[in-house]
Amino acid sequence: MTVVNRAIAGLGLGVAMTMGAIAVPAFAQDDTIKVGVLHSLSGTMAISETTLKDTMLFLIDEQNKKGGLLGKQLEAVVVDPASDWPLFAEKARELIEVNGVAAVFGCWTSSSRKSVLPVFEELNSILFYPVQYEGEESQRNVFYTGAAPNQQAIPAVDYLMENEGVERWVLAGTDYVYPQTTNKILEQYLMDKGVAKEDIMINYTPFGHSDWQTIVSDIKTFGSTGKKTAVVSTINGDANVPFYKELANQGIKAEDIPVVAFSVGEEELAGFDTTPLVGHLAAWNYFQSVDVPANEEFISAWQTFMNDPEKVTNDPMEATVIGFHLWVAAVEKAGTTDTDAVLDAIIGLETPNLTGGIAKMLPNHHITKPVLIGEIQADGQFEVVSESDLVPGDAWSDFLPESKMIEADWTAPISCGNYNTETKTCGGDTATP
Amino acid sequence: MNAILFLQRIALFLVLTLGLAVPAQAQIADADLLPLVDALAPGNFKDREGAIGVLVTTGDQRVVPILEVLLEGELYFDDATGKVVFTSAPSGKGTISDPVTGAELPTLTEDGLEKVKVNNGLRRVLRTAIGQMTLLSEDAGVRRFAAQSILRDADPAQLELLDSAIAAETDDDIQLIMQRARAVIMLKTPEASIEEKTAAVPIAQAIGGRDALNILTTALAGAPAELQPTIQSAIDGLARDRAVWDVAQNVWFGISLGSVLLLAAIGLAITFGVMGVINMAHGEMVMLGAYTTFVVQEIIRQNFPGLFDWSLAIALPLAFLVTGLIGIAIERGIIRFLYGRPLETLLATWGLSLIIQQAVQRIFTANIREVGNPSWMSGSFELGGLAITWNRFYIVIFAIMVFLTLLCVLKYTAIGLHMRAVTQNRRMASSMGIRTPLVDAMTFGLGSGIAGLAGVALSQIGNVSPNLGQGYIIDSFMVVVFGGVGNLWGTLVGALTLGIANKFIEPYAGAVLGKIIILVLIILFIQRRPRGLFALKGRSIEA
Repeated sequence: MTVVNRAIAGLGLGVAMTMGAIAVPAFAQDDTIKVGVLHSLSGTMAISETTLKDTMLFLIDEQNKKGGLLGKQLEAVVVDPASDWPLFAEKARELIEVNGVAAVFGCWTSSSRKSVLPVFEELNSILFYPVQYEGEESQRNVFYTGAAPNQQAIPAVDYLMENEGVERWVLAGTDYVYPQTTNKILEQYLMDKGVAKEDIMINYTPFGHSDWQTIVSDIKTFGSTGKKTAVVSTINGDANVPFYKELANQGIKAEDIPVVAFSVGEEELAGFDTTPLVGHLAAWNYFQSVDVPANEEFISAWQTFMNDPEKVTNDPMEATVIGFHLWVAAVEKAGTTDTDAVLDAIIGLETPNLTGGIAKMLPNHHITKPVLIGEIQADGQFEVVSESDLVPGDAWSDFLPESKMIEADWTAPISCGNYNTETKTCGGDTATP
Repeated sequence: MNAILFLQRIALFLVLTLGLAVPAQAQIADADLLPLVDALAPGNFKDREGAIGVLVTTGDQRVVPILEVLLEGELYFDDATGKVVFTSAPSGKGTISDPVTGAELPTLTEDGLEKVKVNNGLRRVLRTAIGQMTLLSEDAGVRRFAAQSILRDADPAQLELLDSAIAAETDDDIQLIMQRARAVIMLKTPEASIEEKTAAVPIAQAIGGRDALNILTTALAGAPAELQPTIQSAIDGLARDRAVWDVAQNVWFGISLGSVLLLAAIGLAITFGVMGVINMAHGEMVMLGAYTTFVVQEIIRQNFPGLFDWSLAIALPLAFLVTGLIGIAIERGIIRFLYGRPLETLLATWGLSLIIQQAVQRIFTANIREVGNPSWMSGSFELGGLAITWNRFYIVIFAIMVFLTLLCVLKYTAIGLHMRAVTQNRRMASSMGIRTPLVDAMTFGLGSGIAGLAGVALSQIGNVSPNLGQGYIIDSFMVVVFGGVGNLWGTLVGALTLGIANKFIEPYAGAVLGKIIILVLIILFIQRRPRGLFALKGRSIEA
């Protein structure tokens, strides 16, 4: 039995080590404003989400250096939902009820966001969600600072049609809600544009898929009918590295079959040699390579904070920065961190984004963003080849028949997340129709 | 202001060019060429495309290296003056020189330089332009490359140039490529006669594979009615070939997946199969092997960049040692107290796997780490109609080598004999003077070390992150249980069967459903044969 005890003690030590690493220095004084950080620090999503936790610590540190908020210091409360979707709801409840945070910044996958929605509604708190997502949602307590499909997917497809003359499409994604909804929207959009059904191939793979031989070979075959073919990839997280390695090794060049990705950023590209991938594309609202003073300042401050001159930045980080700045501005305007007051104050507020534009919080809880298309370079960075004006985020896609008449507007007199403009009724309190 | 600058530049170059050798054929004056080169910098991609076109029409061979550098994305211009320049080192570093005259430009600094941007469309234009300009080159290698890029684009505007190149060509191979390019152009040109087009079909068909299919399908759409049967039958012939090769290709994919499964599972076949320890931390040994490769490559990158192609050879023994020693430590520290209590072993090793993952995450952060492919493991080669990627090819070879070595160790060495003795009858072995605790430790160390070797190989196809091992642990158990616990040959057959079955189901059912089908099939199989494909017979299994 002693051995089991020892093993358990070992486990306990491991847990203690992790907790110790996460725990944030506690402030002695009570008059701090607490900010919840709800990002996975272990499990499959840790690869992507850990950076956002660091971003929050960085932003709070910067804000405190400027004198805090409403004369108080900010204090981060970091929890680890461990890439476990139901645990996100539990941890969110803990943050709000036990720690009494004023707002929460967190979630990455749509599954985790869907999991916490009822908690934020019930306890009337605020969530800032910083990742591009599938849309078809607008919740009173949630602010979506990542891209909606009309700010990422649709412009990317347009770019390929216009600049590369693509006529045949492979929609490849990981098997979960974001790729499926995005591909549904894209398929409808392409068919509206006159693309035949047999010119669209849709393919799903499990999370963390590692053997891409068959799929890459299928893409090659699909692309050899004489029509220009492109791949639209919603493949998520760590499955991308083996996918791109297989592409490179099977000799698919960007000039023949370009791949445009919605989930591949600087962070993912740091995982491999990008020389054979030069020219493949990604659509985002931010790239580290954007050459404006605001971005340069941010990158150097971030690298100093992380004490790593090679540390990259990416799009969800920018979305976190925008969300945080908008929240700070709203609290200052309202003069309180009270949820209802902040919800009212934040609509219409503006903050500069990191690419030289302005992010404005819209009544549907989405923001304005420029759409950037970048080509992968040999150094793992992106070269912007197309940049749009500011596009307002659209919560409900105009290309799906079931949602084109739905609008979200959280200002009086509508105050509804899914308002049907035809029947003039609100679809209820819940976010989904 | 600009005019003055321009005059100054002209003056400078006149001075600089005085000492240079006599220009070769079709060379225009530097002063005329320079503004054309500088025109590459301003404007958008369309403007740049126009500038490239103007440069090509000069026919000046000095343009070719400029276009090549631009194709690589290494052409820079000075932000203040708009002057296009070469730099001696990549990423705009090193000495700055004039692209036409080669003279150094000491007045310009690295900070003032900006990259001349290229995109996919421009890269295509550049390749064609370079092909067009070098088709008559004296160097056969350059000509071959040029012919290939002409074949890729098959622009009817190049026909005249191509015809003169074919007439002048002496190398049969290159001439064949040119003939093919001509055939493709013929099929594309509406004005070409039916006879010419009919003659072009078999030449295009001879290109073979997907490329030929691509060309002919395009041609079919625009072909006159009397030509369509000819093209259609050529396409049918190609499609028939393709179908046969597709089956072969699928078998290869299956073998390749099977070899990955084999590598991941073979260490487990020892710890679980031979020793009976349910080791949930097995995947973490694979992960540690991959991280060893990463550390080795990092050190090589920083200190001995010339040795990079040898990094895997250096990483292999190190990974084996590291994970083997950790395995021995685990056996001595935890598992030896838990023999005969599978549930506790499972829990303890699972906890251990979490600890190792978190520890690695603390040390290396959660980011994906870059493990590069050495040059001999990049790209692919063609074998008939099969496209085989080098990294997968070497992993298959490596898996077989590991398997055979392990078989020999177990069969022909003293330690192997002891292992078999201890697992078959511990008490008897002990009374014969074998130190069973030592053998246990060595066996577990061997199993873990092999998992480390697998990690080196898997770092070449997947990503290296703290979760690497989790992706393989279920598959590994599946292979060992399916193949028959305690039997190495069973593991081999099990891995290959699962790999090939997976690849034949995937095209029909998709990757997600394919995985489910395989799992259901295995459950059904285990129901029928609980001991797997190759069950051990005799008393030993009851012990």
